[in-house]
Amino acid sequence: MDALQTPPSLAGRAAESRALRLARILLPVVVFAVGVAAWELVVRFDHIPPYVLPGPSAVVRTLFDDWPMLSLSLLTTLLTTLEGFAAAAVGGIALALLFNRSKWLEYSLLPYAVILQVTPVIAIAPLLLIYLPQHTAVIVCAWIVGFFPVLSNTTLGLNSVDRNLAGLFQLYGASRMQTLRYLKLPAALPFILGGLRIAGGLSLIGAVVAEIAAGSAGAGSGLAYRIAESGYRLNIPRMFAALLLLSAAGIVIYALLALVSHLVLRRWHESALGKEN
Amino acid sequence: MIDSAASSDIATGSAGLAASLRGVTKVYDSGVKALGPIDLDVRRGEFVSLVGPSGCGKSTALRLIAGLNAPTSGTVEVAHRSDQARAGASIGFVFQEPTLMPWARARDNVRLPLKLQNMPAAEANARVTDALMQVGLAEFADAYPRELSGGMKMRVSLARALVTDPDLLLMDEPFAALDEISRFRLNDDLLSLWRNLRKTVIFVTHSVFESVYLSQRVIVMTARPGRISAEFRIDGAEPRGEEFRTSAVYAGYCRTVSTALAPLHSGPLHSGKTG
Repeated sequence: MDALQTPPSLAGRAAESRALRLARILLPVVVFAVGVAAWELVVRFDHIPPYVLPGPSAVVRTLFDDWPMLSLSLLTTLLTTLEGFAAAAVGGIALALLFNRSKWLEYSLLPYAVILQVTPVIAIAPLLLIYLPQHTAVIVCAWIVGFFPVLSNTTLGLNSVDRNLAGLFQLYGASRMQTLRYLKLPAALPFILGGLRIAGGLSLIGAVVAEIAAGSAGAGSGLAYRIAESGYRLNIPRMFAALLLLSAAGIVIYALLALVSHLVLRRWHESALGKEN
Repeated sequence: MIDSAASSDIATGSAGLAASLRGVTKVYDSGVKALGPIDLDVRRGEFVSLVGPSGCGKSTALRLIAGLNAPTSGTVEVAHRSDQARAGASIGFVFQEPTLMPWARARDNVRLPLKLQNMPAAEANARVTDALMQVGLAEFADAYPRELSGGMKMRVSLARALVTDPDLLLMDEPFAALDEISRFRLNDDLLSLWRNLRKTVIFVTHSVFESVYLSQRVIVMTARPGRISAEFRIDGAEPRGEEFRTSAVYAGYCRTVSTALAPLHSGPLHSGKTG
């Protein structure tokens, strides 16, 4: 047995994993290209009119033609999402800290947080629109769907502090504030970031739901409102273009939050470390 | 939670005791009788080991001495210097796991007790550097725990316990999870630290060999509820090292302690014949 000889399978396995990585990027791209091409071909060969189903080329053309209007709508929706997300993040973390501090408060309020979470937001939105100014109602909708994952993840994080580390803090007479700042919050950070990652996408959904619900009232200008409005006008290409922008916004939000999470945790947390470590 | 009625602090200098337990029992909320009653006196500067089967309450005893749990009955007294407000300030605790904060560098892990005491940065820095040097990790000060080996993590944990310059060092099976080579080296390093710093050490282990090698006194405990069943004074040549580990005297002590421990493992029928 020659211990120094590299097993032949090792080089093979490295090549294999490289091929797998490439496939993970290439395959979705191929599926996308094939799907778009098929769509375009079907529309052209069957002479489907654009008010029934526009081809991808028509959608892209509309995206460029209507860009001044659509970009403003995109900005409106993104702003609403951001406000809802900020409210969800602050509200979720603050509520979790309060619950962690007082069991009584947790017992009193948690059921209502759950009720708010399990009631479909699309059913709550019309009511909110009656009682709140439209802009506020949209933000509240984004907050309602976004805050629960932050709350539950932060709570989980605060409760998963190492028992012995907590004992150590007790031994050295740490104050409540010190324990929170130096032990509980850092230990909960990976969980909080996970919650925020979910909340980002959900805030967008909340904002869209509220805009759609408000659509008939006709005062909005966000992307979801554009979709509803274009539907009434049978401007189907614009519906697709707005939908495309919404998807892109969702992807960017998720990617940004994933990046932040990675940057914050990369030095120490298992989730952010390469498999080699 | 420290129950002030049950644990008090021995005034400095009285009787030269570092810790004293009187009729101490611990019953957990689940109804499990974990400990006692036990009586135990540990002299200042002594190295004492508690050895026994798992579940004999030796870790519980350590947590009671540290004030991490309150005894169900009896008194726990720990000496502390007059310049320290609480007994906790003069205790260093090393857990079975390294128990480091994964998000903090070795240096910041060691600094933790000082930070919690709001010590000025300059003084704290000097102390942290000293403590890391004592355990031979000066050059790994900026490493994160995940970048360190099991033995090195344990050294960081030891440095953190030493950084407050405690009088009493409580160690709960600290080297149990390490490989034998790291364990021997840490045993030797711990002995030389003890010789140089003259701390009182209460060391919990399930290894007879480790307890005899390290201690001046070995205390054998029985299981469920934990009681002290035998006590042995170990008179080895000082300073101890490889020669002691391979000597007939050492082997003899190990045999004696193992014999005292043996009936404890063979079930309740023989448990009466101890000590």
